[in-house]
Amino acid sequence: MANRIAIIASKGTLDMAYPPLILASTAAAMDMEAGIFFTFYGLNIINKKKYANLKVAPIANPAMPMPVPNILGMLPGMTAMATKMMKGMMEKGNMPSIPDLIEICAESGVKLWPCQMTLDVMSISPEDIIDEAEKSCGAGAFLDYAAEASMSLFI
Amino acid sequence: MGDALDIKPDSILDVKGLCCPMPVVKAKKAIDSLESGQIMEIIGTDAGSKGDIPAWAKRAGHEFLGSTEEEGGEVFHFFVKKG
Repeated sequence: MANRIAIIASKGTLDMAYPPLILASTAAAMDMEAGIFFTFYGLNIINKKKYANLKVAPIANPAMPMPVPNILGMLPGMTAMATKMMKGMMEKGNMPSIPDLIEICAESGVKLWPCQMTLDVMSISPEDIIDEAEKSCGAGAFLDYAAEASMSLFI
Repeated sequence: MGDALDIKPDSILDVKGLCCPMPVVKAKKAIDSLESGQIMEIIGTDAGSKGDIPAWAKRAGHEFLGSTEEEGGEVFHFFVKKG
């Protein structure tokens, strides 16, 4: 078995974009092979048009500390407010942005695979995917990579 | 932790103010430019690094020599010998 971590990134919100990128960049620094398969909304993390503007919604997310009752999260502007709060938190902690983390991953050899099925179903042009990504592939190709991994995570 | 280590580093990496995953990512980049057997000192403020740096060193084939903590416990010094 290879010294390898295989990660599936299936969520496209700001909070869920961080864990796969943090783990993969750290794994690469620890001399492990790392690959992330971006599927469903996770594809937004490597979408040129979206990855710098991922959002987090307060509605139905009671873990998010908002200064208003959770039900008010449905009001217009609340997602923007929650996103701004989270970005502020990240900046205060000197946390890199999502595009910065993607660059760190790509530079350190992390494989970034767009899911072919998601591109097709959501009518996303391969042109919209960041240049650092690998050629799109399917579940079979990812599983072939994951079958040789000592760790596999679904995020 | 806490005791002064008598180690003379060949290079010093300052990652104060940075949090996970940056101390490990920067340590990997910095140690790549050293020769095997040379010692790198990493100075940081991320409490998570107390576990992360030794784990990184072990996995990446380096030797973790130890660490010290400045008074107040907010600044850490880690010493790693390149493998």
